[in-house]
Amino acid sequence: MKKSMRYIKRTLLFLIAIFCFLTGFTPETTHAFTPQVIQKGATGDDVIELQSRLQYIGFYNGPIDGVFSWRTYWALRNFQYENRLKVDGLAGFTTKKKLADQTKFDYGWVHKQIRKGNKFTTYGGVPKETQVKKSTGKTGAGAKGTPAKQGAKGNAAKPGAKAAVKVRTPKQGANIPDGYSQNDINLMANAVYGESRGEPYIGQVAVAAVIINRVESSEFPNTVSGVIFEPGAFTAVADGQIYLTPNEKAKKAVMDALNGWDPTGEALYYFNPDTATSGWIWTRPQIKKIGKHIYTK
Amino acid sequence: MIRNALIALLVVAVAGTGYWGYKQQQEKNAIRIQSENNYQRAFHDLNFNMDALHDKIGETLAMNSKRQISPTLAQVWRLTSEAHNNVGQLPLGLLPFNKTEDFLTKMGDFSYRVSLRDLEKKPLSNKEYNKLKELYANSSNIQDELRKTEAVASKKDIRWTDVEMALSKKDQPHDNTIIDGFKTVDKSAQGFGETDFGPEVASMHNAKKRNVNKLEGRNITKEEAKKEAIKFFQLKKNVKITVKETGKGSQYRAYSITMYNPDTKATTYMDVTKKGGYPLWVLQDRKVGAQKISVNKAQKEAISFLNMHMKSKMEVVSANQYDNIAVFTFVSTKDGVRIYPDTVSIKVALDNGDIMGYQGTDFLTSHYDRKIPAAKITEQQARTKLNPKFKVMEKHMAIIQNDVKQEVYCYEFLGVIGDETYIIYISAQNGDEEQVKKLREGQPDYASM
Repeated sequence: MKKSMRYIKRTLLFLIAIFCFLTGFTPETTHAFTPQVIQKGATGDDVIELQSRLQYIGFYNGPIDGVFSWRTYWALRNFQYENRLKVDGLAGFTTKKKLADQTKFDYGWVHKQIRKGNKFTTYGGVPKETQVKKSTGKTGAGAKGTPAKQGAKGNAAKPGAKAAVKVRTPKQGANIPDGYSQNDINLMANAVYGESRGEPYIGQVAVAAVIINRVESSEFPNTVSGVIFEPGAFTAVADGQIYLTPNEKAKKAVMDALNGWDPTGEALYYFNPDTATSGWIWTRPQIKKIGKHIYTK
Repeated sequence: MIRNALIALLVVAVAGTGYWGYKQQQEKNAIRIQSENNYQRAFHDLNFNMDALHDKIGETLAMNSKRQISPTLAQVWRLTSEAHNNVGQLPLGLLPFNKTEDFLTKMGDFSYRVSLRDLEKKPLSNKEYNKLKELYANSSNIQDELRKTEAVASKKDIRWTDVEMALSKKDQPHDNTIIDGFKTVDKSAQGFGETDFGPEVASMHNAKKRNVNKLEGRNITKEEAKKEAIKFFQLKKNVKITVKETGKGSQYRAYSITMYNPDTKATTYMDVTKKGGYPLWVLQDRKVGAQKISVNKAQKEAISFLNMHMKSKMEVVSANQYDNIAVFTFVSTKDGVRIYPDTVSIKVALDNGDIMGYQGTDFLTSHYDRKIPAAKITEQQARTKLNPKFKVMEKHMAIIQNDVKQEVYCYEFLGVIGDETYIIYISAQNGDEEQVKKLREGQPDYASM
């Protein structure tokens, strides 16, 4: 008797598991958003869903890249306006519910396209197959986005016209501090790692801050690459250590420096007192010592 | 027999090694020559730029028609930028050669400002004319020194790669011509690096020189700085704290505090001003786990942190999530006006919502109780100054620093042209378009494509 009870229990559990699995991964789930309030500047899966759903009803024509950018922001505000919601650009409970009621979101399909790096759109009423462009192909024939407002007028998108719209960004995007590019970040991470990988975290932020201070100073070249590759400026450039692959710590340090943290007190130079070869560097007014390096004006 | 075989083998080995060595030597030489060529090109280009610069400044001096001065100064601007570029490619990193770069930058800014100015309305002042004359004389000095260096270097067959080696090895090179030459160049540049380029150009580059002298309060001691840190973070006893004072060279006198919390395994760094004990910045280093809280929640944490530590009213102007970190920028507001020079940044960990960083240096050095002037033009008038294709979505009032670092009271219009978002500032005093900025969308991660 006991044995058969256990058996039933097991089967039940198994069935529940299957049920969960199916509901969780069935395409076109209608209620997915996590409970968070999504706002401008956020990144991640919820933003991908938000963009996909807004695109489904034609409010959003930008790339589905998971970055809550300005385009997403205006699209969301238009949606809120059209639906007589509070226009605050925040995807809270009511907004998300309204959005989920009006649209469909195929989690598995969308994420598959993102993983594969395909260009795709999620307009409603258009067969999915026609909305994908494989990443191997060349850049689409011009990304003609219809202005957000225009699409917002009709409730459902006009299939024929929309299917031609290509989305630019194939993979998930990222926020970048103002005035710099992803390339600058990579280059700086390389320089920071090559120069100071043995230093404590704050010492790495400091090296990155010196690079930024130099870019902003009139006495140095005014680009990140110009400053880093100025001959003789950094030993890691001279001995090739800049070409080592930087780790996460160095990248984080660079991000902190780009976001405005400067532990050096506006230093333009630094040197390691144990190995410094130039006598001149000792004549610079010293600000402070961080890790092994002395930072000077 | 065996002996013969061994000899043959040895001969082959020696010949092989010799050939290999010869190849290596050749490759090394090729690379050396290549980098020498790069240096030579930069050096000769620099010479050419300085010659042209000298001539162009001379032409400006002789000109009378405003119609001609502007384009010539625009050329001066271009030449300074090219010369600056070439200086940056010479291996002078270990030489004090910054005054020349400084001179070139300022010369560029000066010519840029003047060339863009409506010279009909505001012609070259006497002072500016004299400035140009001075620049003319000084650029001729630099030109002379560079020429001398060039001549001696080519006569004695001095290589830049040798100079570079000598500089990096510190031992005295056989011939100091190039190094000495450049030292002289820099010295002559120093003379006018300090000349007065007028308030506009000077302020463009003094902007970052922040000072905290106007802060209220007396100088605090190391112990008090420690207490300040404990208060700021509401620390418990088991935290290890070290305090160091900054050196004489620093822009502002401060204490650098390092705190290690064994419970959270977090190291927190902080600078506190000596005068008044104000926190300049805070940065925490710890392992941040996967995201658990939303950016929106993190923003609330940041706001409550600011409410706890700051008296001024603050408003969030930007939020950015970087993986498991969010960074928020706040500006102070007065009577609903955003005061952009008063900026504070807050970094929040998205695994538990802890504040991981605070950057208040800008706020501390620029904040004072500003008087908001009355707007001389209405919002309607300001809107007529906008590009007709620009669709306004949001409007605020703001005080911003324009590109000559003066504070202006503006209408801030946030809106779109097509798919792109722009922010446009129209002066509330005279309707000038003070600043136009294109706002960033998310950037694709090309590395993962």
